Amino acid sequence: MIPAAFDYKVAESAEQAISLLGEYGDEAKLLAGGHSLIPMMKFRLAAPAVLIDVARISDLSYIREADGHLAIGAMTKHFEVETSDIVAQHAPMLGHVAALVGDPSVRHCGTLGGTLAHSDPASDLPAAVLALGGTIVAHGPGGAREIAANEFFTGYFESVLADDEIITEVRIPTGTGGWNYQKFNRRAQDWAIVGVGVADGGKGISLVNMGSTPVRATAAEEALASGASAADAAALAAQGTTPPEDNNADAAYRTHLVTVLTRRALEAAGVA
Amino acid sequence: MIIIGLYSLASGLTAYINPMEESFVDVSMNVNGQSQSHDVEPRTLLVHHIRENVGLTGTNIGCDTSSCGACTVHLDGQSVKSCTVLAVQASDTNITTIEGLAAAAQADGSATGDQNWHPMQEAFQQCHALQCGYCTPGMVMAATSFLKENPNPTEDEVREGLEGNLCRCTGYHNIVKAVLSAAGGA
Repeated sequence: MIPAAFDYKVAESAEQAISLLGEYGDEAKLLAGGHSLIPMMKFRLAAPAVLIDVARISDLSYIREADGHLAIGAMTKHFEVETSDIVAQHAPMLGHVAALVGDPSVRHCGTLGGTLAHSDPASDLPAAVLALGGTIVAHGPGGAREIAANEFFTGYFESVLADDEIITEVRIPTGTGGWNYQKFNRRAQDWAIVGVGVADGGKGISLVNMGSTPVRATAAEEALASGASAADAAALAAQGTTPPEDNNADAAYRTHLVTVLTRRALEAAGVA
Repeated sequence: MIIIGLYSLASGLTAYINPMEESFVDVSMNVNGQSQSHDVEPRTLLVHHIRENVGLTGTNIGCDTSSCGACTVHLDGQSVKSCTVLAVQASDTNITTIEGLAAAAQADGSATGDQNWHPMQEAFQQCHALQCGYCTPGMVMAATSFLKENPNPTEDEVREGLEGNLCRCTGYHNIVKAVLSAAGGA
């Protein structure tokens, strides 16, 4: 399968990417690792007229720790997040989840900024960033803005990013609170049928594939904060969710599964 | 005359329907130690570029959806699935395909066995790690990339490391044996 024809531009910097986005408008898509976009283009689910390659912007590939948070450049590859000592030390959950994406060859290409911009509710890393209370830094023609992960995702493959904005950095608060990530699938490489991320001893609980975006299990978080047990809080995990139905599972199955996985994740994270 | 007229009408229509038709870009990369420069359409996938323009057909196309790993090559030393990388994305990089693996091993002194192959190729032969052989080039490329990152893996780690490569003969036992043997003996 070969994608529909498009024009290819290389951005050497975030500024150049923004300027090219301004020039081509919604005809253009940013190309990072391409491991979500290129398959969609092959299936003709996407047919942008222009691809702007941002993966070569080396300034956007870094991992550093400063001022109580981890700063990760948007073009940092999953493999680099997975194998980074800094990530392992300051936000171990993120490294662990990065290692669960696709397979090693996919992780050599895919980027943290790319997976957030793609905003797939079935992806692992957006949910991890959500549970960890991360912040997404986006640059547009008017400068930079910081978007809380809580406010970033708006629908299936949709976010608050404007057509002329590019994600430049992802910030994760550093912390050593108990964490766990449960990814339930039946075959290697598959997306999670349901996934649950628990960060910071249960202060952040996020759910994968339980709606049109990665979502926080707010009811379970609040119950825990009011002193409920892990089992009682987990029973509330599906509250307010709109789980999809597909050939892996119907909504009732996911609604049950998410309570089981949340209890397991909370217990593994050391939440009693 | 009518035929020529129809032909030019058809070409005109094609250009109209597909205005990007003429948009070729020069893509240069190093493949197995040789510089390769070709004019390609931006939508050309790396696997097609390698097979059709560079002329190396050892890299197979399997699922064409980045699931099976038959098309695995090394891009700057790391395994990638070349059905999901555009040739233009690999511009100015170093690509190694199955055809270049033995020569690379000979160059760095790690080649081994009667055939003077890469240790992974030798291990695949010794352990009979192939049945029909279709997944083998991709398996070998994924396995060599994996061992670079994890030189002394456990059996479980080998299985996890090769999760992106499918063998439809289901010959995984001997493939895992071969990777462990290459890790021990390389």
